[in-house]
Amino acid sequence: MILSVASGKGGTGKTIVATSLALSISNVQILDCDVEEPNSHIFIKPEIANKENVCIPVPRIDETKCNFCGKCQEVCVYNAIAVLKDKVLVFPELCHGCGSCSYFCPENAIKEVDKEIGVVEFGKSNDIQFVHGKLNIGEAMAPPLIKAVKKHIYSIKTIIIDAPPGTSCPVIESIKKSDFCILVTEPTPFGLNDLILAVEVMRKLNIPFGVVINRSDLGDDKTDQYCQKQNIPVLMRIPFERKIAEGYSRGETIVETLPEYKEKFQEMFRKIKENNNF
Amino acid sequence: MKQIVVISGKGGTGKTVITASFAALADNKVMADCDVDAADLHLLLQPRIRQRIEFKSGVTALINKEVCTQCGKCREVCRFDAIDETFTIDPISCEGCAFCHFVCPSKAIEMKENLSGEWFISDTRFGPMVHAKLGIAEENSGKLVSLVRKKAKELAEKNNSDWIIIDGSPGIGCPVIASLSGVSCALVVTEPTLSGMHDALRVIEVAKHFGVLTKVVINKYDLNPDMSEKIVETCKSNDVEVIGKVGFDKSVVNAMVQGKTIIEGADGKVKKEVTDIWENLKQTL
Repeated sequence: MILSVASGKGGTGKTIVATSLALSISNVQILDCDVEEPNSHIFIKPEIANKENVCIPVPRIDETKCNFCGKCQEVCVYNAIAVLKDKVLVFPELCHGCGSCSYFCPENAIKEVDKEIGVVEFGKSNDIQFVHGKLNIGEAMAPPLIKAVKKHIYSIKTIIIDAPPGTSCPVIESIKKSDFCILVTEPTPFGLNDLILAVEVMRKLNIPFGVVINRSDLGDDKTDQYCQKQNIPVLMRIPFERKIAEGYSRGETIVETLPEYKEKFQEMFRKIKENNNF
Repeated sequence: MKQIVVISGKGGTGKTVITASFAALADNKVMADCDVDAADLHLLLQPRIRQRIEFKSGVTALINKEVCTQCGKCREVCRFDAIDETFTIDPISCEGCAFCHFVCPSKAIEMKENLSGEWFISDTRFGPMVHAKLGIAEENSGKLVSLVRKKAKELAEKNNSDWIIIDGSPGIGCPVIASLSGVSCALVVTEPTLSGMHDALRVIEVAKHFGVLTKVVINKYDLNPDMSEKIVETCKSNDVEVIGKVGFDKSVVNAMVQGKTIIEGADGKVKKEVTDIWENLKQTL
């Protein structure tokens, strides 16, 4: 079973919910797919045993073979290649690695070479298996790295995916093929606005979902009203507690700061399984 | 004219609340919301939309099944697993590279332009604002960010504005990189947590990588004063100045609920802290 934790708005508590859940149930693998700003490791504290560089293929032009015909520029929709009179410019940061240019080059002058965009690291913390991706500084494209993280899904376990914020390609890549998604929100106008966007994503991708309301006693009751109206199950409410906030700031999950939450996370997990026939 | 972008690395540290406060404090400015996939600035600035323009970007493959001979060439070359056994394109997986379109021997694949979102020019009680809405599950957020910035700049030039105040997005990837180019200063809003510090350091590195002047604000600094101190020290050793701290105060949330900025709706102490940061920033630039 693949369980994603997503949010729309950043900083609502995705990571603390994902890691607290991971510490409350057994037989878990956690994947941090927020490769731009991965944080799960701060809470899970895995011992990293292995890592793997992730590359995307980008073109390299052999100018001794190239006759500057311009075919590669013509087929590249990302404007990553510019053919001048006697020179070819390649902009690797615009390349999506589709391979079209090298395939269509009539002179066989384009070779694809690897360009590193980040790393995937693996480890363990007690019984929890841990995988995360780290995008290199200055790299723009997260989705290929997220794909690489998800290649390591070990499907006999319960998989928890910590997703990035937002509603665009990195989020889609992270939550794609999930069996269920937990949307973490806070009851503020920002939280609700972005929750509504996240719900649209869930409906577009056809993923069953429920909501966790974090800092549930700050803000207003419009988030509750919205969930009720839309028939969205509220899976858990976590009231604001200075203790939780302080624990979080030191890298502690909720269940470590307040052990009584363990049962709540287990109960939520049981309900998700039951209600969705897993 | 000076451009300031507010970024954070980690989400939810208070970018938008700080940006909106600057909108209330700065004279003669244009606002730009560059968090195009989960925009929130409009909730505090309540823009009246004057102009609404479609954002078309990128293409998606479409197979004409009457012409398709199911030879399989397209599936062979597609690296994004976007074409299934029934020769149907999954528009979410399709990257729009057009490899299939070029390779199809029957010319059965057409590339259709995507309507990826909308962008707006609006009026707010603090002045003009350019903002956007990326369609759900759409790509090219970086391009939309660049477009919003270009339009904001045009508007600022026309109005002879002194400032462009930009709300950025979380992360360090494509939309953040697009929001950094050519700014006078990137203001990193962080919080005194391990995650906040970890993420701020990554985004500071990105800003440095692109040669952008960077300053830091610690929001909710009193939730963990030791950690705040650590952030100040770490920034110092990275040659980045912490130009202010804002305390945790429930009146900030209350102001937000009423659609007000800190300057209009929060308690005096936070208001002063944010005003000092703005004055400090103005002096520096």
